[in-house]
Amino acid sequence: MSRDNTKITSPVPFRGGGFSPRPMRIVAPILFVIVITIWESGSRLGWISPIVLPAPSEAYTAFMDLVNSGQLVLHLEASLTRLIIGWSAGTLLGVCFGVAAGLFTMARGGIVPFVAAIFPIPKIALLPLFIIWFGIGEESKVATILFGTFFPTVIAVYGGIDNVDRGLIRMGQSFNLSWWSIVWKIILPGALPAILSGFRISASIAIILLVAAEMIGAEYGVGAYVLLAGNLMAMDQLVAGVAMLSVLGLTVSWIIGRAEKHFLKWRI
Amino acid sequence: MDLHLNNISHTYDKTEVLSGIDFKIESGQIVCIIGPSGCGKSTLLRFIGGLERPKSGEVLQIGSPPPESLNPLTYIFQDFALLPWRSVRGNISLVLEDHGIRGKEAKAIIDDVLDRTKLSDFGDALPRQLSGGMKQRVAIARALSVRPACLLMDEPLSALDSQTRELLMDDLIELWVREKYTACYVTHNLNEAVRLGHKVVVLSRRPGTIREIVDINIPLEERHNQSAALQEKQDYLWGLMREEAAAADQELSQ
Repeated sequence: MSRDNTKITSPVPFRGGGFSPRPMRIVAPILFVIVITIWESGSRLGWISPIVLPAPSEAYTAFMDLVNSGQLVLHLEASLTRLIIGWSAGTLLGVCFGVAAGLFTMARGGIVPFVAAIFPIPKIALLPLFIIWFGIGEESKVATILFGTFFPTVIAVYGGIDNVDRGLIRMGQSFNLSWWSIVWKIILPGALPAILSGFRISASIAIILLVAAEMIGAEYGVGAYVLLAGNLMAMDQLVAGVAMLSVLGLTVSWIIGRAEKHFLKWRI
Repeated sequence: MDLHLNNISHTYDKTEVLSGIDFKIESGQIVCIIGPSGCGKSTLLRFIGGLERPKSGEVLQIGSPPPESLNPLTYIFQDFALLPWRSVRGNISLVLEDHGIRGKEAKAIIDDVLDRTKLSDFGDALPRQLSGGMKQRVAIARALSVRPACLLMDEPLSALDSQTRELLMDDLIELWVREKYTACYVTHNLNEAVRLGHKVVVLSRRPGTIREIVDINIPLEERHNQSAALQEKQDYLWGLMREEAAAADQELSQ
């Protein structure tokens, strides 16, 4: 065959690549610094009215006032106590009911429709009811968080158990493992990824409900602080309070991330 | 201990899947079950190990299993069924823990079975780090650790590539030559059946009935240099199955 020298030779065009975002640690801090800088300079140059949005430096001053007055510890202590008790109790109950719904036909028949009926009700709407039942004190606030975290946990746990590979359970039975061993060594570890992502959701819900509950009849707590700041139109304090909530959310998410890394080492 | 499948029939809803299955698995023998897809061979294996109950008929144990056997009827699954969160050793120790075997005693058993399946260097690896063939060897090691009286193998090589399959086949033959285990081996691969089986049960398409039971009287250890005789057996089996397989292929699934 004769070679035709006039034909154009070019490499095959590349069409692959993309669609695989990777985590990049450096991006988030840079973006954060840029946003704060624009905000701060906007306030100083008078583009942003201090009544609409205070400068970050003012919010920081408000936060330092809170630290220096010793009020911060009281607010945080009150909020964290409610959050930890409410979330732990709600999660513990949620895991128990979720496991029951995941394992027993009768429990599933009772729990699943019940959860489907109550989960969509905003727990904030039930807060007045809780106040009547449990009083204006700590109990009604904890109960709100407890109820709010219970339902998503139940759903995550029984969903996780449903997704455990039936082949592994069959294997356990074929080796004559006891019922307890199958639940403890096969089903629960298999459902753990779903349970932990359920914790992520329930923890965020707990923080949202914490603030809502603290806006009714609480002396201390981040929610009470934010509410008071709003009533006084003290925007610098309001921004400081909101920033504290954001940091609280980030911390919780970080803790769950560590737990996932530790318990789910086997996945990747 | 021998096993006797006594006139087993089964239906799912109204579909008859198995009808009048009756044969024996004698101690020290490998019985292969072959048949077209959907003929109920895996279902039959689940009956033998007591994971499912047939609608009629029963699986009988003749004689009692040897006293040292922890789990007389032990499966090896096609998808390996290893716990991804446990290491190789952890996966084997899982099936010993419930028999109260822990610590030194467990370590001795695990070391022994890992050695027999050539896995001694991989005890601490997690399943996801292992190739398919290695995973199946772990499953075999796990099965051996409970000293089964009869191994129930459900297409154990079907999820593997052909080279790995060849290697693992040799391992299974070598292991049988050494230990003379009893096994019931379900496969759709005729070559595996003629290389490993003392007896090949050929099932027809649904509802599965026994088409023929073919004995292969060549000792397992001599089969590798008797390829002509094996090929003849394999061709004979294919002759039995060909029409069934073609008809099964044409069936609409419901």
